[in-house]
Amino acid sequence: MTDPVDVLIIGAGASGAAVAWSLADTKMHILCLEQGGWMNPETYPSTGRDWEARSFGDYSPSPNIRARPEDYPINDDNSPIKVVNFNAVGGSTIMYTAHFPRLHPSDFRVKSLDDVADDWPIDYQALAPFFEENDRIMGVSGLAGDPGVPPRNPPMPPLPLGRSGAMLAKAVNRLGWHWWPSDTTVATVDYEGRARCINLGHCTPACAQGAKASTDITYWPIARRAGVELRTHCRVREITTDEHSMAAGVVYYDADGMERFQAAHVVVVACNGVGTPRLLLNSTSGRFPNGLANSSGLVGKNLMFHPYAQVYGYVAEETDSNRAPPTCLWSKEFYETDKSRGFVRGYTFQFGRGVGPVVEAVASEAKGLLPWGAGHHAAFRRLNGHRLGLSAICEDLPEEHNRVTLDPILKDTHGVPAPRIDYKIGENTARMMEHGIARAKEVLAAAEATDICVNSPILYGGWHLLGTARMGTDPARSVVNEWGRSHDVKNLFIVDGSVFVTSGGVNPTSTIQAVALYIADQMKQRLANLFD
Amino acid sequence: MSPDNPLSPAQSDDLRAIAGAIIPASAEFDVPGADDPAIQADMLATLGRDAGPVREALDEMARLAEAPLASLDPARREAVAMELRAKGGAAVATLTRVVLQCYYRDDRVVRSLGLEPRPPYPKGHVLEDGDWSLLDPVRARSPMWRRA
Repeated sequence: MTDPVDVLIIGAGASGAAVAWSLADTKMHILCLEQGGWMNPETYPSTGRDWEARSFGDYSPSPNIRARPEDYPINDDNSPIKVVNFNAVGGSTIMYTAHFPRLHPSDFRVKSLDDVADDWPIDYQALAPFFEENDRIMGVSGLAGDPGVPPRNPPMPPLPLGRSGAMLAKAVNRLGWHWWPSDTTVATVDYEGRARCINLGHCTPACAQGAKASTDITYWPIARRAGVELRTHCRVREITTDEHSMAAGVVYYDADGMERFQAAHVVVVACNGVGTPRLLLNSTSGRFPNGLANSSGLVGKNLMFHPYAQVYGYVAEETDSNRAPPTCLWSKEFYETDKSRGFVRGYTFQFGRGVGPVVEAVASEAKGLLPWGAGHHAAFRRLNGHRLGLSAICEDLPEEHNRVTLDPILKDTHGVPAPRIDYKIGENTARMMEHGIARAKEVLAAAEATDICVNSPILYGGWHLLGTARMGTDPARSVVNEWGRSHDVKNLFIVDGSVFVTSGGVNPTSTIQAVALYIADQMKQRLANLFD
Repeated sequence: MSPDNPLSPAQSDDLRAIAGAIIPASAEFDVPGADDPAIQADMLATLGRDAGPVREALDEMARLAEAPLASLDPARREAVAMELRAKGGAAVATLTRVVLQCYYRDDRVVRSLGLEPRPPYPKGHVLEDGDWSLLDPVRARSPMWRRA
């Protein structure tokens, strides 16, 4: 038996790091357990000649392919979209594109506005100060004045347009549609100890320059200086409870594989939309036979990805290719509901700059654009460095049949049951994707691109893991309340994307972190009666 | 098979032959084929977790060819290669990727594409700023987002 800590956070990724930093000023004893370790930028793919090849191996976005010791397997056979994540200090912020839009105000009121799903119990205004705070700490580059989103003031200037951005901007202007330089967490100037971007171009599988914000280099150094303890290579198996149905602590495996127990007065779960329901469902007991915090039966249900409809083609001019961050522009032209389109809600267009030669060769060969034999070289020179593309990030609505459960057979290296995903794309989303593909083809036609290719959905595109422990005021229809506390276990909090009621049509990391900071702030305001 | 080579001698020969069929040498572009010794050595040295599916694909190819691929006349060799490609599957996709990823990081090939044979870090690249006046028509638009 160990001495209890005041707050135990499970997971050191986007949300866990933000909560640790926020709670640090309470001077409580805060401990974070993370199943992964600290990353070493000297070994990141962009430091070696095999930088592209590693995306198919030890830096694959899929934990099933990557299979590092820190990863856990996921049975996603019954899903057209495969789960991608990363397990380390920094979590999936180690391996993300750094595209950093926020949910829109309308995203929190989908029932009121569009009569689908449910409204959130909080709104954009409640999160606004936390968006700002998070932008400052993560370090966001962007340009104020975008008519497509509410006013915000990114602390750094935007990424350059480059060749690809300019080509895309001209094409979108020909159509009279909206575009704007994307908000990103790529540092465009030296920022808070981080060196500015030097266009390594290979941003997604971790940034060797440290220009891309990941929480191991943003929140964690500050939180640790403020006294937060972080233990790595500690995989939590289950949360235990006491006779008062309060969380008592966690059972975990330490770096040597030894089973340990850590007592805690408050437990905060920050394991993402798949890891969190997995942990709760693995935390069964006589008092909680169906998993912890699951009296509603909704733990694991309403899983939302953002199905990506990707369209690309090839232009005569040379693009930026892999020689710049892949993030570029966004368009909000089709974000807000217009029922004449045949669906409700909408999507963001995320524009890309291109890919490197190996990825181009592998993708083009698979699409049948790149022949074997005599015609190979001429075809490759026409394709390589000439790709221009965009993706529709489509809002996924919550549907209970889309869910995370425990696989009856598959287990991780510690013998803990692995998650199983059952997911299919809803009708509204499917119509939205078709709309996005058609509009994307118009953009590429305006750019005079040829050899148009479509990936819909992107197979390894399950980056955004949302909705599996939703927040709400009704304990029968939600897992946590409007400030992140479990309805069932009054010292248990959930702070990651699991609590999303709906998904919006944007990359969610900014909003996940704003929600986490909001919940931490609520906890601090209620410390005297946190468990009432 | 040996500690340095996860393929049998026959499989190594077939890998070299199919790699050359996928990407032959080109005098026009002044590049070697994927059957070049240095590129083959890279493939064998870095097969790693791909060794299993590559062996599977080579075994399938051997069944189709009914003889070492290199021993076939050019027309028959090409026919077998096309048959293997049409058959597809995860193992063939892995074999193809291994050939492509080693070929397109070879110094001679990378230079022939007008690129520098180096990793992205630490030198990086230069990104031109672009013409920000393109944004003028968008700046003139009214707010598009719904207040809620």
